[in-house]
Amino acid sequence: MKLDLSGLQSFPSIPGGAVDDLGVDLFAAPSFQLPACSDFDGFQKDAIQMVKPAKGTTTLAFIFKEGVIVAADSRASMGGYISSQSVKKIIEINPYMLGTMAGGAADCQFWHRNLGIKCRLHELANKRRISVTGASKLLANILYSYRGMGLSVGTMIAGWDEKGPGLYYVDSEGGRLKGTRFSVGSGSPYAYGVLDSGYRFDMTVEEAAELARRSIYHATFRDGASGGVASVYHVGPDGWKKLSGDDVGELHYKYYPVAPTPVEQEMTDAPAA
Amino acid sequence: MARYDRAITVFSPDGHLFQVEYALEAVRKGNAAVGVRGTDTVVLGVEKKSTPKLQDSRSVRKIVSLDTHIALACAGLKADARVLINRARIECQSHRLTVEDPVTVEYITRYIAGLQQKYTQSGGVRPFGLSTLIVGFDPYTGVPALYQTDPSGTFSAWKANATGRNSNSMREFLEKNYKETTGQETVKLAIRTLLEVVESGGKNIEIAVLSKEHGLRQLDEAEIDAIVAEIEAEKAAAEASKKAPSKDT
Repeated sequence: MKLDLSGLQSFPSIPGGAVDDLGVDLFAAPSFQLPACSDFDGFQKDAIQMVKPAKGTTTLAFIFKEGVIVAADSRASMGGYISSQSVKKIIEINPYMLGTMAGGAADCQFWHRNLGIKCRLHELANKRRISVTGASKLLANILYSYRGMGLSVGTMIAGWDEKGPGLYYVDSEGGRLKGTRFSVGSGSPYAYGVLDSGYRFDMTVEEAAELARRSIYHATFRDGASGGVASVYHVGPDGWKKLSGDDVGELHYKYYPVAPTPVEQEMTDAPAA
Repeated sequence: MARYDRAITVFSPDGHLFQVEYALEAVRKGNAAVGVRGTDTVVLGVEKKSTPKLQDSRSVRKIVSLDTHIALACAGLKADARVLINRARIECQSHRLTVEDPVTVEYITRYIAGLQQKYTQSGGVRPFGLSTLIVGFDPYTGVPALYQTDPSGTFSAWKANATGRNSNSMREFLEKNYKETTGQETVKLAIRTLLEVVESGGKNIEIAVLSKEHGLRQLDEAEIDAIVAEIEAEKAAAEASKKAPSKDT
C-alpha cells in the first residue's frame, strides 16, 4: 500500500525550473523509511501513546501592559518516578524570544534550537528581526509536516517585536493559536484557575510575576507531575530577563506559614513528693 | 571567442560569460523603461511601441503588480518576463503564508535576481533576457524603494534609473535633472525622461503610479497627454525666458 506523502511537502518549494539547488536544503521535507508493519495507523497511535504521559508539566505565559510573562516548573517525571527536579523548561530562542517546553524534552529542545537558527538566518538575510508571528508560523509548519510521526511538543512562543508583545501556542498536532493567556501541561487546569482569577491587563511587572509564581505553585501543589523550581521570565521591549527561580516547597511555607499551635496545657513538674 | 559562447556554463579566457552579455544585448534592444522614486510616490514608465490597429491594447500590459504594494516593469524578452513575474507572484504569496507578512521590496528583488542568477549557472538553460525595475513600499515603515535587476543576477537600489533602448541618454538626463519630488512632480520627471527618447504623446507612453494609499494606478492616455502638454508648456516658457535677456544686450 503506497501512502500519498505529497501533503508533507513543506513550503517554499516552487514547481518548475530545470535547476538543482547546490548545498543543503534546510527546508527539505522530512523523509525516512516508513516501518514495514501491517497496521500502520495502530503503530502511529502506539507511538503517540508512548510519549503522551510526558506532558507532565506546568507552563504558562500571558501578555499584559508591560510585555509578556513566561513561567514554568522544572520537574521531569517518567510515570511515577521523578527523574529530575531541575529541568530548564523555558528555552531561550534568541535574546528577545522565549519558548516553553511541554511534552518530549528532546523534541522541544531540538526544534526550538532549530527555530533559533532559522530566526537568525532570517535576520541576516533580511536585515531585520523576524516577527513572533513569523517565528511561530515557521515552527508550526515544521511540526505540521511531522504530524502523526510521534513528535510531542506543546509550546508557547513569546516575544517582543515591532508590533509589540506577541504570544502564540504551537503544538505537535500542527495547531497554532494567537492569544493573551495560555497554560500548557498536566498542571495547566490548576494554573488557569489562579491565573484567570487574578489576571488584569494593568499590572506592574512585579505584580504579574507574583501572579505567575503563585499559579505555578498552585499547579505543583495539586499535580504530581509538576514540581521543582518555579521560574519566571519577563519579555520587554529590550528582550527577556529572568526574574526569579523559587523552589515550590519554600513557596508553600511562604504562602502558608506554619502557625504555632496554641498550647492548651503545659506540662509542669510534679511537686516533689 | 566563438567557442566560448555556446554553453552558458563556460567562462571565456578573459573572464566573460558571453551568454549573459548577449542577454544584456537583448535588453538593450527592448523598449525603454524608466523608474523614479519620490518621497511618497514611485513611478514606472514604459515606451509603448505603436500598437497594430486590430490588437487589443489592454492585453499588452507592460507594467504589472507583483503584490498590492509592489510593481514591476521590464525591458527585454517579454515571454521570459511572464515566467519570471509568475514565479515572483507565487513567492510573494508564499512569503505571506509562511511568515504572515508581506514581502519587502528588497526581498522580492533578491528573489528575482537570485532566480536570474540560477539560470546563469546551470546546464541546458539560457539566462532570462530581461532587466527589471521593481518599485514598492516597505510594508512597515512605508519607505518607497526602487530596485533594478539584470540578466547576470545582480541587483541594486536606485533613486531613479532607466533600462532598455536609449537607457544611457535617459540616465544622463536623470543624473542632470533628478531631485527629491513628491506626487505629481515625480510623475512629471518620469515622463520628461521618457520624452527624451520617445515620440511625444500619450499613445507612446505607459505610466503607472504606485502610492501607499491608492496602490498601483495606470494613467490613461488623456491624463498622460495633459501632463505632456504641461511639460511642453514649461519647456516653451523656459526657452522664452532664456531668449528674453539676450534680446536686451
